[in-house]
Amino acid sequence: MTLASLVWHYLKAKPLNTLLNIFLMGLGVAVITILLLLGNQLQEKITDNARGIDLVVGAKGSPLQLILCNIFHVDFPTGNIKLNEAERIAGHRMVKRVIPLALGDSYQNFRIVGTNAGYPELYEARLAQGQWWAKPLEAVVGATAASLTGLKIGDTFASAHGLGADGHAHEAAPYIVTGILQPSNTVMDNLILTGIESVWMVHDEGTSNTNAGSTRELSNPSSLVPSVAAGDSTKEITAMLMTYRNPIAAIQLPRYINSQSNLQAASPAFETARLFSILGVGVDVLTGFAYVLIFISTLSIFIALYNSLKERQYDLAIMRAMGASRTRLFLSVIMEGTTLTFAGSVLGLILGHLAVHSFTLVSAESRQTGFSALAFYPEEYVLLMASALIGLVCSLLPAFQAYRTDIHKVLANG
Amino acid sequence: MISVTNLSYAYPGQPAIRFADFACRQGEHLLLLGESGSGKTTLLHLLGGLLRIQQGVINIDGTNLATLTERQLDAFRGKNFGFIFQKNHLVSALPVKKNLDLASYLAGKNADTNRSTELLGLLGMQAKAGAHVRTLSQGQAQRVAIARAVMNQPSIILADEPTSALDDKNCYRVIDLLLEVARQSNATLVIATHDHRLTSKISNHLRLAS
Repeated sequence: MTLASLVWHYLKAKPLNTLLNIFLMGLGVAVITILLLLGNQLQEKITDNARGIDLVVGAKGSPLQLILCNIFHVDFPTGNIKLNEAERIAGHRMVKRVIPLALGDSYQNFRIVGTNAGYPELYEARLAQGQWWAKPLEAVVGATAASLTGLKIGDTFASAHGLGADGHAHEAAPYIVTGILQPSNTVMDNLILTGIESVWMVHDEGTSNTNAGSTRELSNPSSLVPSVAAGDSTKEITAMLMTYRNPIAAIQLPRYINSQSNLQAASPAFETARLFSILGVGVDVLTGFAYVLIFISTLSIFIALYNSLKERQYDLAIMRAMGASRTRLFLSVIMEGTTLTFAGSVLGLILGHLAVHSFTLVSAESRQTGFSALAFYPEEYVLLMASALIGLVCSLLPAFQAYRTDIHKVLANG
Repeated sequence: MISVTNLSYAYPGQPAIRFADFACRQGEHLLLLGESGSGKTTLLHLLGGLLRIQQGVINIDGTNLATLTERQLDAFRGKNFGFIFQKNHLVSALPVKKNLDLASYLAGKNADTNRSTELLGLLGMQAKAGAHVRTLSQGQAQRVAIARAVMNQPSIILADEPTSALDDKNCYRVIDLLLEVARQSNATLVIATHDHRLTSKISNHLRLAS
């Protein structure tokens, strides 16, 4: 017999009340946990994926779409840009580094990105096995893409047009896998990388006289795609990822690009901030809802304790008669309240992680997002502590009531 | 063991109740007799430290109750007294045996599970050890309440109208049981009652004037 077992028996004596209170608290904490897990991981992913990219340049359209498409690979391209126009911007003195991207095809929902070695370098992606692509139609597969599609080194696959699995299949020009990437927890995991020439070649089906991929030396190669001549007016790419040479570029370069050409420049920092402010409203509503749930459960626990103490005043008086001090009774009520809120928040954390886990299982798309239910954040300890504190607050008044029980009056009237 | 001198108590707005001086030795039993409102319960609660003394002295085993702080009084109660109330007031959230263990826990003793098992056996209640308090009959609940009162082998057992609601047969069974458990732990039994059936069982009487 201990105080804890006394508290346990009191909670067990009213199972429905106890379960309801724990569940209410759990629901509130679960919503907060889900928002916490998704929000934090989204933030991490966005900062990880946008790291080292100051500006994205592509065809005119929605700047947010340009960012979503070319950095996070979740939206469709805004259109194509001419290689010679891109070269002109890439040669600007304020540009430090440029990575060209050619998008358009996918394999089983995993996007195929035509680019150069600078792109995996940006994310510090390493090969788990095999080697980087060297010739057109050679491809390196990201870790998640490899495990979900089952592609292995030496496998061949036909790309499909667009991002869906039901796009037109380019069966005439199959890719061959030469390497698999290590997981990097960035967008690299979900991509299939290849040379820009491969993307061109797949789409030039029929027009065979392409010189892409030829080993012939060019006297004046393009700065973006060395295998073609500079100033080529027929070739197109989707976008360029850029790094500024100096801080002034952040002010001048976007304005220069947006006003002087057919191109559009979008800043990942600015656009993701804008995206968050749009999402923020929904997140705020959900958070508010969670706090309302927690408030209701606090109130419910308070009322339950307050009422049960009225029924229990004989118990309290008897326990005093048996030698219990006022402080001990005070403590037992506090323990009862904090046990409820603490158990509720533990349940909430478990529910929250389970919800995120089941979210990652529902579809291939959600698996590709790379969200993990096994990520834990310091905020969760804060949640646990805060819930214990809430329990303390809502049991304080009933506990004080227990402390003040007039044993003589209660027992004499019994 | 118990000595009371010059004791009086006044409820707010009411005239003071004066109690006659008396003393009681270890193992001696005492009946506090009187009609309702004569102050039996008040005296019993003063003796048991459930009510603070306003005037006069109660000395229990060499301790003046008035000198104890609230916390010391709680501990003193747990150590020296066993209480039996008219309604048995078992803690309904706990099963039978835990009600007994609670008494030793609250008195600051190690939960002596042997003692509670032994007591339940003595009262023929071992089959009900794990039973819910609400499933007990009134007679069974009273036996559990008596067992709880002697759980910590108190030197004084204070009982408030333990038999007034019982028929003759049960009345004598309860008083015999009380005398038996008191004899076993060499405890002093103080019973406040207006039930004259008990006067034949305990010869030492203190009659309170109404």
